[in-house]
Order: sequence, then structure tokens, then C-alpha cells
Amino acid sequence: MSFNVIMFYLFSAVILVFSLMSITTRRILRAAVYLLFVLMATAGLYFLLQYQFMAAVQLTLYAGGIVVLIIFSILLTHHISHLFKHPDTVKLIMGVSVAVIGSGITIATILTYPFQNSTVTEIPATMENIGNQLLGTGKNGYVLPFELISILLLAAMVAAIIVAKKEKNKNSEI
Amino acid sequence: MSSNLYDFSTLTSSIHEWLSGFMSAGWVVFTELVLIGLLFLLFFALLGLFLVYLERKVCAIMQNRVGPNRVGKWGLLQTIADLIKLLIKELIPIRKSDKFLFNLAPFIVIIASLMAMAALPFAKGLQAIDFNIGVFYIMAVSSLGVVGILLAGWASNSKYSIIGAMRSGAQIVSYELSVGLSLMAIVIFSGSMQLSTIIESQANGWWIFKGHIPAFIAFVVFLVASTAEINRGPFDLAEAESELTAGFHTEYSGIKFAFFFLAEYINMFIVAALAATIFLGGWMPFHIGSWEGFNHIMDFVPPIVWFFLKTFFIIYIIMWFKWTFPRLRIDQLLTLEWKYLLPISLVNIVFIAFLVLMGWHF
Repeated sequence: MSFNVIMFYLFSAVILVFSLMSITTRRILRAAVYLLFVLMATAGLYFLLQYQFMAAVQLTLYAGGIVVLIIFSILLTHHISHLFKHPDTVKLIMGVSVAVIGSGITIATILTYPFQNSTVTEIPATMENIGNQLLGTGKNGYVLPFELISILLLAAMVAAIIVAKKEKNKNSEI
Repeated sequence: MSSNLYDFSTLTSSIHEWLSGFMSAGWVVFTELVLIGLLFLLFFALLGLFLVYLERKVCAIMQNRVGPNRVGKWGLLQTIADLIKLLIKELIPIRKSDKFLFNLAPFIVIIASLMAMAALPFAKGLQAIDFNIGVFYIMAVSSLGVVGILLAGWASNSKYSIIGAMRSGAQIVSYELSVGLSLMAIVIFSGSMQLSTIIESQANGWWIFKGHIPAFIAFVVFLVASTAEINRGPFDLAEAESELTAGFHTEYSGIKFAFFFLAEYINMFIVAALAATIFLGGWMPFHIGSWEGFNHIMDFVPPIVWFFLKTFFIIYIIMWFKWTFPRLRIDQLLTLEWKYLLPISLVNIVFIAFLVLMGWHF
């Protein structure tokens, strides 16, 4: 067995184990940390596929951005002694059965689908190629979705500022 | 060109061939990974010790004192004595803390800085891994360190720790933007994110000279923002000792505290090395236009010496900041980033894009 295969199984094991731990732990911050491990192992899988740009995006956005925001909001709202209650038995059975059925259907579909080796020539995923494709206006260019997402983000940001902004208190110093 | 004299790639490739002689390809990679890891750990420890010594000496110079001078020649062994003291100190367990996260936090901080160091080019051919996205990779992994600080603050279950952690979270998340944008300035100039390509593009002049005023603005913004991002004075609000005892690592003792302390100094080195690589030409020697003789003499200084000279110059500046500026308040800190540095670097980046588009840079 080559090292690539071993690394693949290692990352997959980390992803599976910590995903389970993240939903079964009763401490909220530990759940966030286990989620961080899952996301980092996913980045590791991208590195294994030599898709470094995606791996760095995964690390910056998910591990460095979203998990930090989650932890930040937990720090603001929860106390360390807080423990989640165990869920009701009915809810537990329902949830587990939905998860089992969902994953069962997915696995069955993947195992029965006749996958064929791709005949498309491989394009190296360098920064230059990705950048040109992302802002390309020609065939298969992504400039329109790119601009749409930018406008959406801008709108979300303006909305967030308006929601968060308080009335100015004239007596306050700051 | 005499810089080939100091090319490390012949050394590394000969080690690779020697190992390939009696191992399969997979084991060669594995052995090399272990070797590089051990080298980095050794470098890490020695560098940390030296930087702490340097900090104390620079602080002493700024305050008109002598600094450590009792242990060893010029006090050089002082930090080793301190290290031994830290190693044999008691690790105090905290009741009602989250033990798992409490013990995990120092490791996250130190692993983040170790990962960032892997992409640094120390000299020609002396780079652990040369990513196509080098600059972006360093940004990505160094943003993981803040998770460790936040966890340390939370898991200690102490009010000083959590205030320190909240401050440092707000600070690092904000200042990351300016650091990224100022690095992006040079990425636009050189047209690549690969650190080796960025260095090669500075063979005929460093970007801080070639990039006119915008590159200099980006350099200054990078210095200020990265000083804030590594939680150093005058932006060391996360561990403001006069108000928060020690901030996020108040409850840590012994070797766990040493990990935070070490990571802070290593992060300073990484930031300085990145500034030296991106703006000051990395291991490229200092050349002046058409002064052939002068340039030739400069070529004889090994690249690794150039790299460390530039890096320690930046480290000296960062230490100078710490010991001469008073600490900022948290609102002043955030105002500085969001109202000054971020708009400046955004305008700067548009200006640079225009410069490059018109071909006005060298």
C-alpha cells in the first residue's frame, strides 16, 4: 500500500471520527473544535489531490474564518459549565434513522453507478489558470456568477451593518 | 553568476539520491519528511531562545540598561537557563476548566506557526515546500493560530483569560485583512504567488525600490498590521500585563506557557521573514543599478546570510515598536485598522493595479 493511500485512509478516519464526536459531545466549544479538525482534514485531502489552491481556501475560509466566528460567538454567549441535555428518545431514533437512510441511499447510488475514467485532458490547477477562468468572459468564463456573488455579499454586509447599528447616544463618550 | 556557488539544491538532491539508493520511493519521502521535521524543530527551539535573548538586549538598549550579562559570555546562556527553569516548573491543573481544550490550545498555536515556516525560502534551493500559492498558504495557516488563543482563553475559565482572548480574536481577524491586502500588492507586481518566483522577480531590484511609493506604502501597512496580528506591542492588548495580568495565558504555567511564548517569537520571525522575502528580495543580494564591482562583491555574501540579515533587520524594527510606543486601547486599535489601514491598502491596491496595467513600474 502506498503512502498516498495510507494518508487518504488517515484523513478519512479523522473526518469520520471527529464528525461523529462533533455531534455527540455535550460541550459546545468542543463540538466547534472537532468541526475544526474535520475541516482541516478535508484541507489535507485537497493537498493530497495536489489541489493546493482549494486547500488554502478551505483553511482560510472554513478553519480560519467560519470556525473562528463560531468560537467567537460561543465565547460571547455561553458559559464553560454549560452542558447540552441528552435529546429525547423519539427525536434520537428519528434523527438516527433519517441519517442511516440518507447515507444508505447515497452509498448505494455511488456503489451502483458505473463510473468511467475521464477522457478530458488535465489542466494544472495553478493560480493563473484559476484566475483567468474565474474572471473570463469567454466560453466557460465565470465572471457573471463572480460579480453576482460579490453584489450579494455587499448587500449582506450593508444589511448586517444596518441591523447592528445602534442609535447614537449623545451622552456617551465613544 | 557566483550565486550558483551557494545553491543548496545540489546538496538536497545529493541527499535525495543517497537515500534513493537503498529505499523505495515512498520511504524516501517519509524519511525526508522526518528529517525536515527534526531540522525545523531544532531550528524552532534555537531561534526561540535566541529571539528571547535578543528581545531582552534590545529592550535594554532602548531603556539605557545593560540587559542580561551574568550567564555565559554577554549573557548568551541566560535564555537556556530560563528554559531549564521553565521545563522543571510545576504544571498547575485548573479545577473547573475544560482540561482537553486547555491542553490542546498551546499545540494549535505552535503547529500553526510550524506549518507557516514550511513554506519560507531560506536560501536558493533551501525551502521545505515551494507551493504554487506560497503567499496564500502562509496567510491561511497563520490564521489558524488565533483558534488556539481563543481556546486558551475559554478553557482557562478565568475572566482575565477570556477578555484577553476576545480582544485578540477581534484584533487578529481585523488585521488579517490589511496583511493580506498589502501582500497582494506585491503579488500584483510580480504576477505570482509562488515565493520562489517572487524572489526571482527581484533579481534586478527589490520590490520596495522597484514598486515606487505604493510598494513602500504596502510595506509600512504590512509592518504595522503584522505587528498587530502577532499580538506584539504596541498592540499586545491580548496579554496587557498591567490590566489583565497576562491575558489569554494567565492560567498557564511551565512548559505550556513556554509554548505560547515560543510561538509568539516564532510568529515574529515568520512575519519578518515574509516581509524580507516579499519586499526586500529574500535571499537576493543587494545590488545598485550598474555598479558592476559593487554588485559583484555583494554576490559573494551567501544568500542565507542576506536572508537572515534582512529578517533580523525587520525583527529589530518590530522590537523597536514594542519598546517605544505606548499600548493602544481596543477602540483605538480597531479604529486604526478599519478607518485607516484598510482604506489605505484598498486604494493602494487599485493604484498598483493601474501602475502594472500601464507598465509604469520597473
